[in-house]
Amino acid sequence: MRCDFADSLLQGYFDGELSGRRAAEFERHLRHCVYCVTELVDLDLLRDSLELAQLYEPATASLRRKIKINVSLHAIAPTTAASRPCLWHWLAAAAALLFVVSVLGRVGQMFNRDDYQAELAGEIVDAHLRSLQSGPMTGIASNAEGDIKGWLDGRAGFAVPVRDFTNEGFALKGGRVDVIEGRAVAVLVYQRNGRPINVFIWRTREQDSPRRTGSRQSFQWVDWRKGKMEFCAVSDADPMDLEQLHQLMNSSA
Amino acid sequence: MSELGLEDRERFEQLVLPHVDAAFNLARWLLRGRTDAEDVAQEALLRACRFFGGFHGGDARAWLLQIVRNICYTWLEKNRPLELSMEFDEELHLQTCSTPETLAIAGDDRKRLTLALEMLPPRFREVLVLRELEACSYKEIAAITSIPIGTVMSSLSRARRQLYSVLANPSQGARP
Repeated sequence: MRCDFADSLLQGYFDGELSGRRAAEFERHLRHCVYCVTELVDLDLLRDSLELAQLYEPATASLRRKIKINVSLHAIAPTTAASRPCLWHWLAAAAALLFVVSVLGRVGQMFNRDDYQAELAGEIVDAHLRSLQSGPMTGIASNAEGDIKGWLDGRAGFAVPVRDFTNEGFALKGGRVDVIEGRAVAVLVYQRNGRPINVFIWRTREQDSPRRTGSRQSFQWVDWRKGKMEFCAVSDADPMDLEQLHQLMNSSA
Repeated sequence: MSELGLEDRERFEQLVLPHVDAAFNLARWLLRGRTDAEDVAQEALLRACRFFGGFHGGDARAWLLQIVRNICYTWLEKNRPLELSMEFDEELHLQTCSTPETLAIAGDDRKRLTLALEMLPPRFREVLVLRELEACSYKEIAAITSIPIGTVMSSLSRARRQLYSVLANPSQGARP
């Protein structure tokens, strides 16, 4: 015979959800009810086998990564002065690191700075590769400076210098927002002789600096800072082309 | 659509992101598949991001799982409406995902239990997953599924009985 208590009290008792008074009441009932005792044993066996089977399926690392990127893309700060120090928190941390290093010696400073630069360039080249491999390269496809600027400024949280250099052989194709070191950065997409060039732009507190260049995985990069912004252009185009684009942007910014 | 400010983003990362596993696991069991569950988990986190302003503290896991569940049910309504309308009397209604034979011959326990759990209608499957895999309290289950605590208890009771009988007697469940 099924017992009336089986649906309500028995489950609550088994799950430890009954108040002390009701649990005691149910235990008194258990002394006389074979049905409920058997049911409790069955429930226990069921829970054991569920536990042994390890049915819980956690998210994969790649899903986790995708979600983190989505969240970062979503979390672009409004352009209030108060939030900027947070947005560029990692740059502040890098600056602090550089300060410590500079105390240790100028040579050390140069070395570590280059290390940091190489790591950053690595991330940017990866982002460049991602843009070539999957989906559209541009969040906004346009050659109108104003349209791209309007689209980017709101998302990047600062005034992005957008210039078209079609006449000089670098056609502006559009812009997008990407994630570097967990932060959103603005990207301008140019085309030169059919090859795409990504220019990553983010705010910095550092002084202006002349260009630095490097290559990684057969991609060239040129990095420079001007007007509290850091620029990094990446492409598999001719290094001379990148150099020329750097000069165009540097003189117009 | 509002975007998260930075303080909110940090709070979001601390409170909500640790529950990505829970989000994926619930979606995986409700949709019976990993690929669809990945899509749903991503969508759920994006929506959570968007509506984070409306989260005023409390149980972030339950809040996120509520979103996951809503998306799953919308997905099921669109893609598998029959599965939702399936009522669960005391008789077993097997779903198209597997036959009793596959259940009976499935050698290892994990596979056997997975198939058995997937045979239960979603509303019973979800309370079991939340209780047994996610270790939610009745109160949390009630919050996530929007059903009264009393109903949580009786759903759990029926779900467990059903699962137990599928496992104990796999071939018996073949009634249409």
